[in-house]
Amino acid sequence: MITGPEIVTELKRMGITHVVWLPDSTLGQWEQALSSTNGLRLIRVCREGEAWAIAMGLHLGGARPLVMIQCTGLFESGDSLRNAIFDYGVPLFAVIGYRSSLNLSATDSARTFTEPNLKSWGLDYRIVDAPVKLPELAAYYNSCQASRRPGVVLIGEGKM
Amino acid sequence: MPLLESLKVLHAVRTDRQVVVPTMGAAREWMTLGIHPLDLVYAPSAMGQAPLLGLGIAIAQPDRQVIVMNGDGCMLMNLGCLVTITAAAPRNFVLIVCDNAVYEVTGQQLTAAAEPARPGALPVDYCQIARGSGFREVHEFDRLEAWKSAVGGVVAARGPTFVVLKVEPVTGGAVPKSPAPAPQRAIDFAKALQST
Repeated sequence: MITGPEIVTELKRMGITHVVWLPDSTLGQWEQALSSTNGLRLIRVCREGEAWAIAMGLHLGGARPLVMIQCTGLFESGDSLRNAIFDYGVPLFAVIGYRSSLNLSATDSARTFTEPNLKSWGLDYRIVDAPVKLPELAAYYNSCQASRRPGVVLIGEGKM
Repeated sequence: MPLLESLKVLHAVRTDRQVVVPTMGAAREWMTLGIHPLDLVYAPSAMGQAPLLGLGIAIAQPDRQVIVMNGDGCMLMNLGCLVTITAAAPRNFVLIVCDNAVYEVTGQQLTAAAEPARPGALPVDYCQIARGSGFREVHEFDRLEAWKSAVGGVVAARGPTFVVLKVEPVTGGAVPKSPAPAPQRAIDFAKALQST
């Protein structure tokens, strides 16, 4: 389990200025750390699709935003991420909770459709399913930013 | 009031430091008045997301006022965004809803909030929704002269500010077209925003 202080350390290393989020029960445990870190602002949305549009505005304004939502929110986000990433070419980056991915015996359609959904959008992604893999987040983010490509990191989660 | 005339009122007081993000019918008509480097004409759009795009800009650029012009159909598609906006408390943010009660660009079908679409139901009041969502400043104008008299003060007030302009549908009003390739416009807009 990745802790709040651990994720914040990584986000600071990435130079993230704003986290635009709607949490799930895993990501939600990071709230205290995300909301109390100098130089990092937490922006709460009411539906996940909002997060991509806000992140687009932040990016155009010179900030370094990160979208943080659950995979169910990815499903909700379709038109908004389509517009920001593919119409306007804004290289947004997201950390997405991958529900039930650590429990293969679970019957959860959220797990079934997450990776196919990303592939259908043509969005490249990495999976961080253990704390030891957390440094891959910054490495992947930096490579995406350097090449002006969008990217997603899926955070492994247990059964809903 | 006529949509274009209502936009001319805003256009007349708009300063060179202000960002304007128009979408749908407002985008189409706003472009006829000329395009400023700090206009981000939100076409193509994700319907319902213009206020959030403007919010992101307003948060990143707190010393610059951001004015979003939304349609009522767009507003209905994402009413929750009003709460998202006020939670961020952007004092430099103005959201204008051009309310013509129809989906203009698809052929003027009624929205669910239009009175004729709600027989026997109570009317929808966008201003009440905005007040209940925590907007500091809430205004509604259905006459051009009143809008003209108030626009300076409305735009200058500490936000977040919510404005409804009751406008007439534009006959034959088409979907707004991107005035140039959208990715390049985004790059140009960001440069203008970050360099002025």
